[in-house]
Amino acid sequence: MYSKAFVEALEQKSCDIRGDILMMLKEAKSGHSGGSLSSVEILTALYFYKMKHNPMNPDWDGRDYFILSKGHVCPALYTALAHSGYFPREELKTLRKFGSRLQGHPHWLKLPGLETSSGSLGQGLSVANGMALALKLDKKPNRVYCLLGDGELQEGQIWEAAMTSAHYGLDNVCAIVDYNNLEIDGYVEEVMGIHPLVEKWLSFNWHVHECDGNDITSVIRALDHASQMKRKPSVIIAHTTKGKGVSFMEDVDLWHGKTPSPEQLEQALSQLDGACSVFKPWN
Amino acid sequence: MLMAEKMKDKKLEATRFGFAKALVELGKEDPNVVVMDADLAKSTLTKNFADVYPERFFDMGIAEQDMLSTAAGFAKMGKIPFACTYGVFVAGRAWDQIRTTICYGEFNVKIGGMHGGISVGPDGATHQALEELALMRVLPNMTVIVPCDTKEAYKATMASAKEIKGPVYLRFGREGVPILTTDEDPFVVGKANVMREGSDCAIIACGFMVGEALDAAKELEEEEGIKCRVVNIHTIKPIDKEAIIAAAKDCGCVVTAEEHQLAAGFGSAVAEVVCQNQPVPMKMVGISDRFGESGEPWELFEAFHITWKDIKKAVKEAVAMKKA
Ligand SMILES: Cc1ncc(C[n+]2csc(CCOP(=O)(O)OP(=O)(O)O)c2C)c(N)n1
Repeated sequence: MYSKAFVEALEQKSCDIRGDILMMLKEAKSGHSGGSLSSVEILTALYFYKMKHNPMNPDWDGRDYFILSKGHVCPALYTALAHSGYFPREELKTLRKFGSRLQGHPHWLKLPGLETSSGSLGQGLSVANGMALALKLDKKPNRVYCLLGDGELQEGQIWEAAMTSAHYGLDNVCAIVDYNNLEIDGYVEEVMGIHPLVEKWLSFNWHVHECDGNDITSVIRALDHASQMKRKPSVIIAHTTKGKGVSFMEDVDLWHGKTPSPEQLEQALSQLDGACSVFKPWN
Repeated sequence: MLMAEKMKDKKLEATRFGFAKALVELGKEDPNVVVMDADLAKSTLTKNFADVYPERFFDMGIAEQDMLSTAAGFAKMGKIPFACTYGVFVAGRAWDQIRTTICYGEFNVKIGGMHGGISVGPDGATHQALEELALMRVLPNMTVIVPCDTKEAYKATMASAKEIKGPVYLRFGREGVPILTTDEDPFVVGKANVMREGSDCAIIACGFMVGEALDAAKELEEEEGIKCRVVNIHTIKPIDKEAIIAAAKDCGCVVTAEEHQLAAGFGSAVAEVVCQNQPVPMKMVGISDRFGESGEPWELFEAFHITWKDIKKAVKEAVAMKKA
């Protein structure tokens, strides 16, 4: 269904984005590694395959909208935006620095390509609903995507919003859960379990799609499937690995809010090198 | 005299009626106006809008946090959402949503905070918003408006949609309050209205307390010859500094009056201006660090010491401080 060359190009893009995330986090010396890395394929699939958008004209009203509810993984979003052409890749180096457009948590009034400001968890799905309701009022076909963390689902507001999307039949909303099993204090199931997740969304009257969230083909298949659904909102439960792509970060809670040292970066990039050959480091 | 007796001869209407009338008017003028409520539409009177424009009315259920963030989404797409429920619930429970998503994002969301103040009456402390002006006025990009009567409520609501691009918090009351202004009186956001001239003491008030201030000023002049200037500050943020400084300068002492906690509220906002620009003796009438309770509205005003009598007492104290 999807050509091999196309899938390989997206895999290459994911690899490049991973490399840039690691480099910008090393530069910034603070920020969120684990959840950024787990969401790379999701963002790649959205920005380089699924979403209609125009980096030359970020305000284009024909665009689909992406709401990053788990704002702390903005390094992944910033990198996807830079690679799309919203701003120079060089600027990624300024993450979290004074005067930078790349705030520690995203602020839409500073950087083209961002749609909202986030960082306080639990609010993005409601915002997506408001946008989707407005699009319905205006009889517009644009879609609204919203990326949520699995720990974030512990926020009660998420479930208020889940009721709203279903109540108003917002089939133009697609929520994506980055189901990496970890939050700050440890495994989600140990901190405050969200299991059984599929059943929860089903009982809230959503279409539910599951995929391997670190496999491009699986993600784009789920996105294509979701966009065909009518009358109900769709959620994609994307099974991922926190810290994906870097052996010593994978599935380790400590890497949630930790950044690589220069030595660790080198080691991490060499692991990416093995997977993909084209990635070009800065400097 | 008891407050209940005093209120008997006055023509009363609750400010939420002026708000509801304006919403319907705005709905007619601008198809981008949408209204949201959290299961209190019959009480907030957003139902009046819903009856005429059902396709632009959204009941969000009892979910204030979701309502406020959804409002931000509407605003993002160019709509002008009014999100309404009781002030305690909207300002308290959804404060983080208002702060981070709406104010930081500079979204054009209008918040109708109903049941402001102790005049809510029998429902008691849980429903009497006495802290929400403090919660709202500390937020960057936020405009905070407290209309003094139903006519000002109408004008404030119209202005919030037509003249302000950005978040606005509007406080309305449940109980009928005296009509103090006319349709012709000016209403300019951020501009205070002098309701009575005088130079012995300035009484600076907002909302319902403007009427109490006028009653106090009248009696003070008749009984003691003390002439008070009464300043109605409907816009608490951004506050009219010029009017406050002029009042402090011309009168030499200031009394503030509010139906709200004294800490961080309206009187504090006035004091911030006075002490930095034109320091003069000040007295503040308001709720002193306690929760409300059940009772009839005017009975509660007596019990919590926020009537015209309390203003009179404060004026005499302020004037004495000035002379000392
Ligand atoms: C309302 C709120 N509470 C707490 C935090 C602090 N915080 C930042 S990230 C995080 C954990 C998020 O876990 P999850 O949603 O699973 O994200 P991921 O694992 O993908 O990084 C927490 C608690 C926050 N940003 N917002």
